[in-house]
Amino acid sequence: MGGISVHPLETQENRDMEDFIQYTVQGLSAGGFYALAALGLAVIFGALGVVNFAHGACYMLGAVGAAVLLGTFNINFWAALVIIPLLMFGFGVLIERLLIQWLLRLDILYNFLLTFGLALLLVDLVKREYGVSGLPYEVPPGLEGLVTIGSVSIQKYQLFVFAFSVVICLAVWLLLTRTRVGMIVRAATEEPERTRALGINVGRWVTPIFGFGIALAGLAGVLAAPFRAITASMGSNFIIVLFAIVVIGGLGSILGAVVAGFLVGLVEAYGQAYAPSFSQLVIFILMAIVILVRPAGLFGRRQEAV
Amino acid sequence: MLDITNLSASYGEARVLTDVSVTVNPGEVVTLVGRNGAGKTTLLKCVMGLHRDYEGGISLAGAPVDKRSPDQRAKAGIGWVPDDRGMYASLTVAENLTLPPVVHSSGWSLDKVYDAFPVLRERRNSMGTQLSGGEQQMLAIARVLRMGSRLLLLDEPSEGLAPVIVQRIGEIIREIKKEGVSVLLVEQNVKFASTVADRHYLLAQGRVVEQLDNADFQARESELLVHLGI
Ligand SMILES: Nc1ncnc2c1ncn2[C@@H]1O[C@H](COP(=O)(O)OP(=O)(O)O)[C@@H](O)[C@H]1O
Ligand SMILES: [Mg+2]
Repeated sequence: MGGISVHPLETQENRDMEDFIQYTVQGLSAGGFYALAALGLAVIFGALGVVNFAHGACYMLGAVGAAVLLGTFNINFWAALVIIPLLMFGFGVLIERLLIQWLLRLDILYNFLLTFGLALLLVDLVKREYGVSGLPYEVPPGLEGLVTIGSVSIQKYQLFVFAFSVVICLAVWLLLTRTRVGMIVRAATEEPERTRALGINVGRWVTPIFGFGIALAGLAGVLAAPFRAITASMGSNFIIVLFAIVVIGGLGSILGAVVAGFLVGLVEAYGQAYAPSFSQLVIFILMAIVILVRPAGLFGRRQEAV
Repeated sequence: MLDITNLSASYGEARVLTDVSVTVNPGEVVTLVGRNGAGKTTLLKCVMGLHRDYEGGISLAGAPVDKRSPDQRAKAGIGWVPDDRGMYASLTVAENLTLPPVVHSSGWSLDKVYDAFPVLRERRNSMGTQLSGGEQQMLAIARVLRMGSRLLLLDEPSEGLAPVIVQRIGEIIREIKKEGVSVLLVEQNVKFASTVADRHYLLAQGRVVEQLDNADFQARESELLVHLGI
C-alpha cells in the first residue's frame, strides 16, 4: 500500500480484487459440500432427534468410495456422483434398521455414543484397508483447468461444485416445501406424536430420511474427492466444522444448515488467505459471535423446521 | 360408536383415571365436564392411543382399538382436536388442513371447508401459527371434518375464545351432528355444553361421578357450577 504513482497502485488493487474473487469461489465451493453434509445432518436431527456423529465418517466413505470406484473398477466421477449416494442411502437404511431404531426411545445420549463409536469403527476399517496415506483422485475430465472471466482465473471444478451444490440444495428445498412427502417430513419433524394422531404413520418415514441424510454426506464426500486429501481421517476435522455450521445455522433448521454451510466455507477460505494462522479459529469466533447474538442460531426458531 | 369400559390410566405411579366407563352413540354429542386436572384430556389421549398406560377397553363401532397405534385409530375414524389446537408452525394454513389423509367418504371437500370457514380461504398461505386463537380452533376442527372422522374428540374448543366465536363453534357442532358424526366434547363452559350436547358425564378426580341427560343438566346448572368450582 501507499504507492507513489497512481498506476502501480491500481494494479495492486486489481490484483487484490482478483485474489479476493478467487478466495470467494474457493469458499463457495467448500461451502457447497459443507452445505450438503450439514443439510443431511439437519434432516436427520429433525426427523429422528439424533445428532449423527458418524456424519464425518460417512463423508469420508463417500470420498474413499469414489476413489475405490475409480482406482479398482475404473468407474469415473460422474458415475460415482450417482452410485455413491445410492450406496450410502442403502448403508444408512441398514444402520437405522440394525442399530439406531432400537435406541430412539432412549435418552439422546445413547445415539451419541452409538454414532460416535460407529465413526471410530468406520475410520479404523478404512485405515486397515487403505492405510493412512491419501488415495489418488483426479479432477474429472471436462472440469480440469481454469476459466478466465475478465482478468480473473477460476478453477472450473470449484465453480462446478458450487453450482452443483446449489442445485441439490434447491432440489431438497423444493422437495420439502412443494411436495406431500416434504409436508409430512416437516410435520413429523415438528410434532411426531401429533402427526401420528392425524393418521400418518410417522415411523415409516424415519428410515428413508436417515438414509437420505447419509446419502447427502456421501455426496459431499464424492464432491470433495478431487480436491481434498482422501484419507481415513478426513472426516474427523470435517465433523467439527459441521457441528459449528449446525450451531451457527440453528440446530434442526434446514435453511440454516445451508446458509451457514456456505457462510463457513467463505469464512474459512478468507481465513486461510488473510489470516492463515487463525483459519480454523475464525470459524469458531464466528460461532461464538452467533451464539452471543442469537443463541438459537441464525435460523433456529424452534417452530421453524424449514 | 365409542365404548370406553372400566378404563383406568396412570402416569407412572400416579393414577389419574379410575374405572371410567363412557359411551357415545352414533350421531350423539356427549360432554365430559370436570375441573382442571380431573383427567379429561388424559381420557381423550387414551382414546386416541397417545396415552398407552391404561387398563380397560376402548372400542370403536364395536371393534376394540386398544392394540392399535394412533395413526391406525385416526384412519379408523377418530379425529382429535387437541386443547392447544395443534397448529404446525412450519406448515401453511392450507397444508395444516390437508396434512391428514381423508379416511372416510363423508370427509368435507376443501371447497366445502373454505365455504364454511371463509377466513381459512383468505389466509390459506399464512403459516398455521399466524392465525388468531379462534381461527386456529376453526382450522383444527375443519381439519378433522376434511378427514371425514366419524368420532370427534374436542378438547375444550371454547376455551379462551370470544363469545361470537364460541357461538360459531356451537353451530358447527350442531351441523356435524346432523351429518351423523359423533362427538365427545370436553368442556368447562357449562352453558356452552348445554347448548350442544345430548348427554353429559361429570368427571371428578378421575372418576365418573354422575351421568345426566341435557334437561337435567340444564335444570341443575347452578349446582353444577358450584360443583365444578368455576
Ligand atoms: N404427562 C403427564 N405426566 C404426569 N402427569 C400428568 C401428565 N399429564 C397430566 N398429568 C396429570 O394427570 C391429571 C389429569 O390431567 P388432565 O388429563 O390433563 O386433566 P384435565 O384435562 O381434566 O385438566 C392431572 O393431575 C395432571 O397433573
Ligand atoms: Mg385438559
